Amino acid sequence: MSFAFTEDQVLIRESAENFLGDASRSDAVRAAMETTLGYDESLWQRLAGELGWCATAIAEEYDGLGLGPVELVLIQEQAGRRLLCAPFFSTVCMAATAVQQLGGHLAQARFLPLIAAGELRMSLPMLGTPAQWDAAAATVRAHPQGDDWVLDGDVQQLPDAAGADWLLVCATLSAGGRGLFAVPAAAAGVQLTSRQTWDATRQFADVQLSGVHDAVRVDTAESLAGGIARCSALMRLYLAAEQLGAAQQCLDLTVEYAAGRKQFGRVIAGFQAVKHRCAEMMVKIEALRSAVYGAAALAGSEDVDSAALAMECAAIKALASDTFYSCAQEAIQLHGGVGFTWEYDPQLYFKRAQASSHWFGSAEALRSAVADRLLG
Amino acid sequence: MRLDPTPEDEAFREEIASWMRKHLSGRFAELKHRGGPGDEEAFPELRKEWERELAAGDWTCVGWPDEYGGRALSIEQQVIFHEEYARAGGPGRMGHIGEGLIGPALIKFGTTEQKQCFLPEIVAGREFWAQGYSEPNAGSDLANVQTRCWQEADGSWRVQGQKIWTSLAHESDWVFVLARCEPGSKGNKGLAFLLLPLDQPGIEIRPIRQMSGGSEFNEVFFDGAVAQAEHIVGAPGEGWKVAMGLLEVERGVSTLGQQMHFAHELDLIIAAAKRNGRASDQAIRARIADAWTGLRVMRYNALRMLAPSENGAELGLKREALIYKYYWSNWHRDLGKLAMDVLGVEGDIVSDDPAIRPLQQMFFFSRADTLYAGTNEIQLNLIAERGLGMPREPRPAN
Repeated sequence: MSFAFTEDQVLIRESAENFLGDASRSDAVRAAMETTLGYDESLWQRLAGELGWCATAIAEEYDGLGLGPVELVLIQEQAGRRLLCAPFFSTVCMAATAVQQLGGHLAQARFLPLIAAGELRMSLPMLGTPAQWDAAAATVRAHPQGDDWVLDGDVQQLPDAAGADWLLVCATLSAGGRGLFAVPAAAAGVQLTSRQTWDATRQFADVQLSGVHDAVRVDTAESLAGGIARCSALMRLYLAAEQLGAAQQCLDLTVEYAAGRKQFGRVIAGFQAVKHRCAEMMVKIEALRSAVYGAAALAGSEDVDSAALAMECAAIKALASDTFYSCAQEAIQLHGGVGFTWEYDPQLYFKRAQASSHWFGSAEALRSAVADRLLG
Repeated sequence: MRLDPTPEDEAFREEIASWMRKHLSGRFAELKHRGGPGDEEAFPELRKEWERELAAGDWTCVGWPDEYGGRALSIEQQVIFHEEYARAGGPGRMGHIGEGLIGPALIKFGTTEQKQCFLPEIVAGREFWAQGYSEPNAGSDLANVQTRCWQEADGSWRVQGQKIWTSLAHESDWVFVLARCEPGSKGNKGLAFLLLPLDQPGIEIRPIRQMSGGSEFNEVFFDGAVAQAEHIVGAPGEGWKVAMGLLEVERGVSTLGQQMHFAHELDLIIAAAKRNGRASDQAIRARIADAWTGLRVMRYNALRMLAPSENGAELGLKREALIYKYYWSNWHRDLGKLAMDVLGVEGDIVSDDPAIRPLQQMFFFSRADTLYAGTNEIQLNLIAERGLGMPREPRPAN
């Protein structure tokens, strides 16, 4: 048992911190927010190609680095801190995780090496609770036609879908049951509608599928049923790591601002009313950090029970959502009037905090799931 | 970073678990889950005997170096020891001030004679210690100690003044005291760190009745009380350094055992909620889920705190160590309220039921958690100043 990071893990964290501290500064984020794609293509090429981040948690047999949740969590923490605009979360944290946890061998061999190489972008809706999976599957129907599947229906709110090469959708099979399908975004019958989001740092689109022929079945029926607990757990963990980094940045921005802003002839950082609120932010953030690192280590352990991991990651995602929102609103309050302006950054974090609070289940739904495990 | 136990860890865990099963039985069985903050008055004599039982099994002072009678266990093994001790329902340790505070302070600052005199008695569970820091006007402002001491011609020390909030003084043999040895000195200068036997004419112990009804804290009055010449730790004037070194030790591995006790309290709450139907109330369910999340946070935070730091930062300056006391004490206070809300009207009746009484005591005693060892307000100052580098509170010039 050891809670210390290895030298390699420290290197990964520092490399992400340095790279994003430069490449994803506020002005870069604000420029990306204005584009149709929602991110800067060249930044994505650098982190996916040169830096090889996409390969981090993909198994070596599929040309990945074979590292695990701890390493990906360390990158995600920095991505959240800088509100990284890139299809990294959708492609690497979500799609690659879904293909690894829910997919059959053929689908894994087809998609994972391309994702690892940074050559494929994939998007899927942010499903967490069983009710969300049910609702998503209910709106898309899949029926076999020869060796192919034909898909019809609507899928809502796919992150970074505008630049995606493939879309992953959950569908109800005409013969009953459900399946997970990969659909080429360029296939005939795929209609993307971008949605204008208040949080423009992560953009969404709705998709309409009308008689789409080129769908690839990703799961085997057993792999879907057996993999959902771990798949949802990992996605929530990676999102919680992002929320952790973002909450930290809210605190850092606030402490820095308070150290420079003078009222009544002295810096406001010296007022106990301000100090204590910053200290309370730090308590929440460090508590979350311990939980996120611990859950990542648990997820990377051998023979971890999926149900236990799912319970822990549900609890941590709820904690992360509450912590991030609380820190973002404190950042606005403690910045005073400028915290309400477009020019200062707290608003960007505040919007991401609210949006991310729903992804993979609200805090209320997740607490309810934890309580079910504790109380039956 | 990994959480998988090694085969050696597992074997060690089983060794303790089986020792506890075998020994925490028979006449000691009634000690299970008893003692500790809020329940210190339970079975003091039997708990002292239990300390000697532990000592016979070589299970006291497990983290101390070999040369002082300890087992020199690694941090990982100490964690396992404290977890299994608490999981088995091991009683609150009567010897914890000796083992956790004054012993390590003597190992660090004491003379050879002091070590030889005191450490073996602590290891053997024969002598018990109390802490004399706080005073009526030195609480959060601990450096404002007014208790005086001076040296007689024969070299012995005399102590005059009053200490307060002294846990278990009435059950202890010795007390360590912070007293002002330089008349006119202020703040943390001019203090001495003295060791005194409690059973002497110059010392009077008066219990303080708490809101929960019990009296595990005391006022201790010193009226020319005597400390032998050789029973000063560090030089006269350096008492603050010794005292602070010892507070540092307080945030140690035993927190993992504390969490096992918290987990036991949450189990009692869950059982009560299932028994009386509150388990179907959505708001109660959400609070129980939050309490469980807090337990996970505390476990991981403690493991993180105990891991070697990357940049060699001292334990007390690691971010997770700075927040720890504030986090657990506020969590525990909320747990007390949750317990009483689950019990409902049943909680308002003074109970002897072992499924209810501990929860009632926890509800009242946990109000002290956010007061002792640094109030919430002092903790937030420390976090802001040491953790975030914000300006220090103004202090009067010495």
